[in-house]
Amino acid sequence: MLGALLIVFREVLEAGLIVGIVMAATRGVPGRGRWITIGIAGGVLGAGIVAMFAGVISDAFQGSGQELFNAGVLAIAVVMLMWHNAWMARHGREIADEMQRVGTAVSEGTKPLTALAVVIGLAVLREGSEVVLFLYGIMAQGTSGSALLAGGVLGIAAGAAFTALTYFGLLAIPNRHIFSVTSWLIALLAAGMAAQSVQFLNNAGLVVSLDQTVWDTSWLLSEGSLLGRLLHILIGYTERPTEMQLLVYVAILIAMYVLMRIARPSPRSPMPAAAE
Amino acid sequence: MRRALILTGMAAFLAMGAAAARADDYVLTIKDHRFTPTEINIPANKRVQITVVNDDATPEEFESKEMKVEKVIPGKSKGVVRVGPLKPGRYPFFGEFHEATAKGTLIAE
Repeated sequence: MLGALLIVFREVLEAGLIVGIVMAATRGVPGRGRWITIGIAGGVLGAGIVAMFAGVISDAFQGSGQELFNAGVLAIAVVMLMWHNAWMARHGREIADEMQRVGTAVSEGTKPLTALAVVIGLAVLREGSEVVLFLYGIMAQGTSGSALLAGGVLGIAAGAAFTALTYFGLLAIPNRHIFSVTSWLIALLAAGMAAQSVQFLNNAGLVVSLDQTVWDTSWLLSEGSLLGRLLHILIGYTERPTEMQLLVYVAILIAMYVLMRIARPSPRSPMPAAAE
Repeated sequence: MRRALILTGMAAFLAMGAAAARADDYVLTIKDHRFTPTEINIPANKRVQITVVNDDATPEEFESKEMKVEKVIPGKSKGVVRVGPLKPGRYPFFGEFHEATAKGTLIAE
């Protein structure tokens, strides 16, 4: 039962961290609850469908279907996160200002919410499909399944609790800093996802150049450890990155920075040093 | 007649061997949440393809941080895993869904 709990928790954790960050990043944006719910519900539904067709996906493209699917899902998430950060760079200030005045709704639209709902949906879908397959396996085994299943359900609950912890932890950041902090978190998240996506393409036999390992820090921090896993999700920590992974990681960070600089509104008048 | 049969048999066997070696270099089978063989020798610094056959009814996730691979193999099905080029050394792998029993090592030399 403990084993099942841990396996499910590990998968839920990854999606949970992403959901927690996204929720913190959209603090104060009206209608976000609805979009986040849509994202999670869509992800759970998608996870079921993906798990159902796991065999079909796996067999597609000469057995590389699963890798290509994962790479594609990650790539879409990266694009959505970049879009969100660009939007936030443009409108974040207004939202932060509005948040100072309690109860005032922000008029700016729901654009980044669709992007983030997609990110949440994809994260839940990717990790969730593994949970579904795992739990299905337990149920298929029959007899001793109930204890394991209970473990699995507890694992989901623990993962959800961790999501809440991430969210409330980030909420402790003062209002005026929260957007810059979450923007950085999202930039690192996106860079890590892109590096992971490239590795899936490599496994699929599509991107095989620059595949030498740059360093090996498995002795220092194993990717299998809890801290290693957390850092893997948060900043894309990889114990043995390939040259291509490193290149893509840095490229995405630079692209994100440039994009946010371009999107930033030109200062009309010097902002009065707001009373804080 | 008998000789012809033996010859045909041998030819078929050779043809099968050749086809297997060409299509997928290595085969790993999961049965009762264990890998067979538990050790595979592969050439170092070369990309290889391993077909993981899951004979169990339950799904398994073939995973190895060392080889940078994670792949779900649904029950009663098989999946292709591509690894390398790997430096000489031992590379452990495991089945994430049954980590206690599903373990093995790939040896690059």
